[in-house]
Amino acid sequence: MAMRSEAVPLSSRGDLVRGLEGFPLLPVTILVSIGLVAAFAGLLAPYDPEVGSLALRFHPPAWQTGGSIDHLLGTDHLGRDVLSRLIFGARVSMVVGFTAVMVAGAIGTCLGIVSGYLGGWVDQVIMRVTDTWLALPALTFAIFLTAIVGPSEMNIVIILGAVYWTRYARVIRGEVLSLKQREFVRLAIVAGCSKVTIMRRHILPNVLNSAIVLGTLMLGVVIVTEASLSFLGVGVPPPKPAWGLMLADGKKGLMVGYWWLTVLPGSCIMLMVLSANLLGDWLRVKLDPQLRQL
Amino acid sequence: MAMLEAAALSKHFRARRGLFGGRGVVRAVDGVSFAIEGGRTLGVVGESGCGKTTTAKLVLGLEEPTEGGIRFEGCDLNALDAAGRRNYRKSVQAVFQDPYASLNPRMRVGAIIAEPLVTNEALTAKETRRAVLRLLDLVALPARSADLFPHEFSGGQRQRIAIARALALSPKLVVLDEPVSALDVSIRAQILNLLRDLQRELGLSYLFIAHDLAAVAHMSHTIAVMYLGKIVESGEAESLVRVPKHPYTQALFSAALPSSPEERRDEIVLAGEVPSPLRPPSGCRFHPRCPSAMERCKDEAPVLEEIEGRLVACHLYNCVALPGAPERQT
Repeated sequence: MAMRSEAVPLSSRGDLVRGLEGFPLLPVTILVSIGLVAAFAGLLAPYDPEVGSLALRFHPPAWQTGGSIDHLLGTDHLGRDVLSRLIFGARVSMVVGFTAVMVAGAIGTCLGIVSGYLGGWVDQVIMRVTDTWLALPALTFAIFLTAIVGPSEMNIVIILGAVYWTRYARVIRGEVLSLKQREFVRLAIVAGCSKVTIMRRHILPNVLNSAIVLGTLMLGVVIVTEASLSFLGVGVPPPKPAWGLMLADGKKGLMVGYWWLTVLPGSCIMLMVLSANLLGDWLRVKLDPQLRQL
Repeated sequence: MAMLEAAALSKHFRARRGLFGGRGVVRAVDGVSFAIEGGRTLGVVGESGCGKTTTAKLVLGLEEPTEGGIRFEGCDLNALDAAGRRNYRKSVQAVFQDPYASLNPRMRVGAIIAEPLVTNEALTAKETRRAVLRLLDLVALPARSADLFPHEFSGGQRQRIAIARALALSPKLVVLDEPVSALDVSIRAQILNLLRDLQRELGLSYLFIAHDLAAVAHMSHTIAVMYLGKIVESGEAESLVRVPKHPYTQALFSAALPSSPEERRDEIVLAGEVPSPLRPPSGCRFHPRCPSAMERCKDEAPVLEEIEGRLVACHLYNCVALPGAPERQT
């Protein structure tokens, strides 16, 4: 019979164009700019965010009467420049948000893989712990943990990681359960690979997509939680400029017209969370059809 | 002596029936014996759910048998130490049905093919690369395939990659579990011919599992027909295909497409479905669907007996011993 010539493809550029369909340009632009602002905070901020002068308290933004060009977005109750604090606050949110998501992701993904792949009593133990964990209200649990270890940026990251790993564990375990029935995992066993090798080489790379999607969706949740903790005074300790902390400091001024102290950091939180969620939604549909019901 | 012998191999799964029901036992494989000679092919046919794939898993060591055992080159697998088992694993490799599920989508083809080698032998990167290129050549794929990902290949090409990987450790036996069922009809013959050529070149033995009778007849030296976890007939391929003896085998082969349009055959249409393996019928498991069932078939399970150089488990052929046995109903 005639051999059908089966061409081995070189590469496909068309896939890239199709892959970018519906790309959330605005949210990504916002996230990238917040990231850049955070990275170059030292260069961009006009003033030291932690030092103010009491003589300059409650200056309104530049475009309002009484505002001056020196402090574009006004000053707070200690006379600190709001713009500088927002810029450095972006750094706190970014660093805490991303590292906390990564800590949660690392813990949750590892436990999810081990639980799903090994099964049996290991699975039972990990999943019952996860259930218990999920039953605790996240914010209250985080406050409780901060009360034990004390507030600091580092501790907040660890605490948020410890609170939010459960979602990863659940989702990843489900993925692994279906993955381990796939034939390439069986063939790896036939080839003599150890369990650790299979989990590392065959399972982990195939759940990374889901982990990334989940991470993007979790970023918003984590940032809001960080802001809530700071707002409640158990998050990033003052005088560090965190957006949640600025909200807390500014809330008394809201009634007497000092709107810029709350609206500005609040908008920053909202923009960042919204962008992260929109990006996450897009990635979810693009990368992982199985996660759509999440 | 046969290279691999399975004796009274059984695999039972426990299954829960409903929320309050008791536990049932699924006898997926129930007392199956077969032998595979060096350099030859044993074909296993049967409908889905008859225990073909479970048999393959037992041979591959992916499942532990509930009863019975496998002897490989005269050694009982259950009695082997860790080193012996590793050696067995290296000698027995597999190609599975779905070429889209059997290659890790995140690994390059070169790494996929090299994995069994890297896992089992201490080779340098250069030696591994050379082995991969040799294997790709063996399955007629271009050398540059090694640097591509599986999604860049068609089904037939993927199955070639899977075969190359299975051959990496120079195994003695390759378990082929429905290796062409998921492929286009036009590609099937290519893959089957490749497998036959490789068998001739490398002296491989195959355990070839399929529901495609033409493929099995084309590939096998001996054939075993399975029904609900038991072998109902086994024997030399050519004569079994030409003159099937067991009513189930007859029905199976009458359902296969004839090789020429002029060929006329009386098709035997079986009534009903394959019964649930949770509650197999009493006596001969085939009796509710058998066109020639007798009273005796309902109570007494037939055993495999040699009839004209072939093993058949059917009461039709040993009723001579029973005077006054009922006539065959047709």
